[in-house]
Amino acid sequence: MSDTTKKAFTGADAASWAMKQINPDVVAAYPMTPQTAIVQNFARYVADGLVDTEYVTAESEHSVMSATIGAVAAGGRAMTATSSAGLALMAEMVGVASGLRLPMVMAVANRALSAPINIHGDHSDVYLVKDLGWIQVFSEDPQEVYENMIMAVRISEHPDIQLPVEVNQDGFITSHAVERVDVLEDATVQEFVGQKKLDKYLLDLEHPVTIGPLELQDYYFETQKQRNDAMFKAMEVIPQIEAEFSKITGKIYGWLEEYRMDDAEVAIVVMSSTAGTAKGVVDAMREQGKKVGLIKPRYIRPFPADALVASLKKVKRAAVMDRAISFGAEGGALFNELSSAMYQRDGQTHMQSILFGLGGRDITPADIEGIFQGLLDGDEQLIKYVGVRE
Amino acid sequence: MNSRQLAETENKSLVSGHRACAGCAFPVITRTILKSSKDPVVITNATGCQEVVSTIYPYTAWKSSFLHTAFENAGANISGIEACYQAWKRTGRIDQHINFVAFGGDGGTYDIGLQSLSGALERGHDFLYVCYDNEAYMNTGIQRSGATPFGADTTTSPAGKVRQGKSQKRKDLVKICAAHNIPYVAQASISNLMDLSRKAEKAFSIRGPKVLVVLSPCNPGWRTATDNMVELSQLAVDTCFWPLYEIEDGHKYTINLTPREKKPLTEWLKLQGRFKHLFKPGNEALLVEAQKQVDEQWEQLQAHAKMGV
Repeated sequence: MSDTTKKAFTGADAASWAMKQINPDVVAAYPMTPQTAIVQNFARYVADGLVDTEYVTAESEHSVMSATIGAVAAGGRAMTATSSAGLALMAEMVGVASGLRLPMVMAVANRALSAPINIHGDHSDVYLVKDLGWIQVFSEDPQEVYENMIMAVRISEHPDIQLPVEVNQDGFITSHAVERVDVLEDATVQEFVGQKKLDKYLLDLEHPVTIGPLELQDYYFETQKQRNDAMFKAMEVIPQIEAEFSKITGKIYGWLEEYRMDDAEVAIVVMSSTAGTAKGVVDAMREQGKKVGLIKPRYIRPFPADALVASLKKVKRAAVMDRAISFGAEGGALFNELSSAMYQRDGQTHMQSILFGLGGRDITPADIEGIFQGLLDGDEQLIKYVGVRE
Repeated sequence: MNSRQLAETENKSLVSGHRACAGCAFPVITRTILKSSKDPVVITNATGCQEVVSTIYPYTAWKSSFLHTAFENAGANISGIEACYQAWKRTGRIDQHINFVAFGGDGGTYDIGLQSLSGALERGHDFLYVCYDNEAYMNTGIQRSGATPFGADTTTSPAGKVRQGKSQKRKDLVKICAAHNIPYVAQASISNLMDLSRKAEKAFSIRGPKVLVVLSPCNPGWRTATDNMVELSQLAVDTCFWPLYEIEDGHKYTINLTPREKKPLTEWLKLQGRFKHLFKPGNEALLVEAQKQVDEQWEQLQAHAKMGV
């Protein structure tokens, strides 16, 4: 294990510190609450000469992603950050980045989409772009943000993947709450991420390249299949890169984290900061002899169906918690995808969809205990709102 | 560079095999500008005819590196490319000077791409932006844009029973760009090819953001013959509809050519099907209005140039 230094960091600090240590060629950024803290920190690193990065203060999020795309196509390593409306505005270019197979890392402090306008945390922004070909990883706390950011560079740039990675953290709840973060030495991070390996890039004057051609009925479909193939290739590559990083940090990562699942009868599936809250509830209910457990998915793209279903099959009943509504759908997006995966694998686990926490609405330990108790009591309600007034 | 040198310079950019219409001007514009660069070029292109006809996979007509991503973001794409170059230059990873060039049509520049262009100009990236202005959304089938002239019949400003084509004036892109106080903005035309080449050479000699706006006759959109793009360009200049001029540092105006005899606008309009309805009885006032707009623009331009700096 490598040496670390203790820092009192918010999730935003953790993301920007990782960016500083990665020292990319280009960062393009635009202020967007609650992500702004990330790019403000980074601007300070630029102003103080702590990085070699060219910092592009774009005039919109659409231009942020367009400039990041330009920088990566040129041959550079480029990073950015956004939230909510910013992610929605850049959505067109989010799909272009993965469609052109341009590796990059974007920190996202997840925040509710308008309308009504709301600056607080939920997952409606990331759910909007989850099918646009980015690897989607979620972070429970600032420590996980930091580590995911560093691993994301290697995952994204792996020659068999070449897809952008979005590193998610909960807006304000994680991005603005201070926790202890153990950070690695700059040299350790630099050695782990290494130099970007270049193949075809615009600044290679000896080998000019056309990037972003028009593909019609004869080629477009194959290109899309290749993008999807790369996602599934990531299923093989991500565990390898995580294992390599584990040697540095001594931690275990994986598609999901199981918490007290070994003899659990019921489980909650929930991502990001809420998993932290739920762990406390699991401990408290275990004290009362109730066999409850937690599954925290770390990735939803690629979707680790085998790993999630294998974990879910350990319990009789499970509640899948989505911090966003897919309006008009039968339950949350993660719930639906998991239900489908469960059905395809002949799983018998009874599944319930929980919709919670929109626009930063608090999710309390009592709320989570209520969900567990419902599962233990055989609650048959398919879709349940938690924490909303009727 | 003289015309012979221009002709003999190796074409490193848009080569034959592209599928632009016969009589389309932007291949001439593109080649002339890029041949005027002594240094290697890296190109980005807003979505539009130019990109569509030149990069149909698995073929490309571009001999220099080329990036296309979307319609509204050529300014931002070139910003990112140039930013990477600057980072590499600073850290010693690259030494060769490169001219970064963004191309966009009028839709991608006057309208949907104006914000990203403005941002790139304000941030001061070292690049040349070229707007090939064919005065409507030609790639999607001739819809009016902010560059479409008053009175033009397009598919979204059709001449009908109660409306007679576009009822608004054109946007003044040159002035909008100049208002960013950038080093160099110029308007050019392929009828004056060496003026265009000189402007490109001048632009490439200056560090910082530069803009060239070039008239690009479009025979399907203007409903003209396929053999007269030079004549159409010349008449646009001679009528002062499309004066050749440049603005340095946001305020130094220079008119590059004052026609010996300013021809009536109708000389230009009458060659184009998109203005045919203006010559119908009852539409005389529209022709008067179109001429008035050109006269006012020319007078203003002369007044600016007379003031010098």
